[in-house]
Amino acid sequence: MSNGARLLAISLAGATVALVAIGTLWPNKTAVAFASGEQFSTSAGTPEAAVRSLGDQIRANAYGRAYDSLANKGEFSEQQFHRDLTSGWPDLRTYATLSEFQVQPLHASDTDANVQLKMQWSTVVGPSTSVRDLHVVRNNGKWQVEWPITKEPVVPPQVIPVNYLRWDVINRTSSDDWGAQDVESPHVRIVDMHPVQRAEGLVLLGELLNEDVVPAYVSVSATLLSKDQKPIDTEGSFDSISHQLLPKQVTPFLIRFPNVTLGKVGSVRMTPFSTLISASADPVIEIQNEKLNPAPDASVTGQLTNQSGQIANVAHVLGTFYDQSGQVVWVGDQYVDHALLPGVPVAFNIHIPEDLARKVSSQRTVVATYSFGGAQ
Amino acid sequence: MRAEIPILLASFSLGIASAVAQSGDLTIPKSIEAGVAFSIQSGGNGKGTLYIAGPGQFLKQDVQLGSSISIAQGSLYNAGHYSVWLTSDSSTQTGSIDVIPAQKPSDLTFIAKPSRLPVALHNAITGSAYIFDAYGNLITKPMQISFQLTNQGSAAQTRTMETRDGAAWTQMDSATREGKAQFVARVGDVSSTRIVGQVPGDPCNIKMNAKPAGNKIQLVTDPVRDCSGNAISDGTIVTFTETYGAEKTTVDVPLKKGVASVEIPAHRGATISVASGVVLGNQIRWAQ
Repeated sequence: MSNGARLLAISLAGATVALVAIGTLWPNKTAVAFASGEQFSTSAGTPEAAVRSLGDQIRANAYGRAYDSLANKGEFSEQQFHRDLTSGWPDLRTYATLSEFQVQPLHASDTDANVQLKMQWSTVVGPSTSVRDLHVVRNNGKWQVEWPITKEPVVPPQVIPVNYLRWDVINRTSSDDWGAQDVESPHVRIVDMHPVQRAEGLVLLGELLNEDVVPAYVSVSATLLSKDQKPIDTEGSFDSISHQLLPKQVTPFLIRFPNVTLGKVGSVRMTPFSTLISASADPVIEIQNEKLNPAPDASVTGQLTNQSGQIANVAHVLGTFYDQSGQVVWVGDQYVDHALLPGVPVAFNIHIPEDLARKVSSQRTVVATYSFGGAQ
Repeated sequence: MRAEIPILLASFSLGIASAVAQSGDLTIPKSIEAGVAFSIQSGGNGKGTLYIAGPGQFLKQDVQLGSSISIAQGSLYNAGHYSVWLTSDSSTQTGSIDVIPAQKPSDLTFIAKPSRLPVALHNAITGSAYIFDAYGNLITKPMQISFQLTNQGSAAQTRTMETRDGAAWTQMDSATREGKAQFVARVGDVSSTRIVGQVPGDPCNIKMNAKPAGNKIQLVTDPVRDCSGNAISDGTIVTFTETYGAEKTTVDVPLKKGVASVEIPAHRGATISVASGVVLGNQIRWAQ
């Protein structure tokens, strides 16, 4: 072994020992909870401290201790409390962890208080925020949270006949003659495309139509070309698109080009991609009470209602925002972190950037759903 | 014997003049059809070895010099230029032969695109055909090939083309009625068939009707058809939009048995519209 390699090995060993020592002497709160089972904050001397303690316990997945600390635990079971936070049906929240939370006092007296708990969950598709307004009461000199339980809706046992179409695809095999016919890829068309300069870079917005009679799996990529026709960058829409399009369905798309300015771009080469996909026309999702909310906190809100019998475990809502001339000015999206049960409305809220909100005159919303076992 | 081949090739490349001089004793047909039997007349006497090398094929045969050497049927079948060497202890005779594709078509590769397209499009279906003999050689001699597109319930479209360099192509119109069309390419008694799906075009004149259903409105479209009268395929998305004040309700509904149907909340004064893809239908104002 050379002197250099020996020195490196000694350095790594030393650093490992040092980090183990630091982690042992000053562990983070989550590690303490997992290791010792002790509460993070035993002090409930103030309403905020009680809520903060509850938040710490939820973050550490210590639902039993969190339930025990509640003032109104006689009104519901620990299982119902757990399901209220993590969902009873498999969905984004089921696999989420509480990454952080904020506590905001709203009102306080000597005997009770109202405190807002804003929870940021880490899900597989990004952060998801939920807000609970908590009533905190003083019992025997100790502040305790009354949890506003949202009991999971129960869908009555029933048989819902579903006879929507389903498409299956059989492609050619490798043993077929090279001239043998294959099933044609779905015909899709970009019906609108518009570049928007944002502070973080260039954004391409547009809409894609499946003009065929079969379902399509779609995506869009774009290459920016400079004025001398040299490629600057190529990016795809990733998840800012509804990937599954039924016949005559339209999806918005958004492609981000970080750190690119519109002035450097001479032209754009758009490449829509489509391929046949086995799909079902079910479930049908109704978007109710859609409303454009003006700035501040501009957004489009509404409720999704699953009109079919199949549970949609994950719903992705995409909003297309148009100006008065009908041109796309923004595309926003939100993953709904609760499963869509048959007939049970679930709220959504798509944020609109403040500087664009005043340009928005109308909007259109589409929903892509994914059911346990694959996209539907 | 394998060791002799490089030696032969080397001697051939280094001594072309000598090879040409010796080739006079070797009588070879200038060209043959792929797969046919033929004979080579050699000069000299004694025993020798015949080598024939060409595209993808190599033959070796022990022969008696000065006699006719028979090459059996099916021995040379890949079209192309072949080199011939006849060697003995004292001499090497060389020559060449061209193998051309058999004149009888045996196989047809037919590419029809697209396999699915909307009705009533002009020159939208393309068929390309390549003619091969029994050994898979592309027949480059011009031949007459017919293309026929048959739609159920309408007259067949027929084109006759002449192949050029082994290939011919044509274009056809899609029919005005939906359905599967048979697209056939035929040369001699060889034919190949492809199926072309002709599907309805964009919806035309979408019309919906509304009636109360409790505290909801039931919306049902008339059977949705394209501008040629074909029923739009089931599964096609129809979008119902109800606008009331600043709020809106939207449902994407797939067609089922030709119609789209949905129930949405009833709001007095709401405007309800219907669309499919880029085609708009009628509007209804709900007064109840």
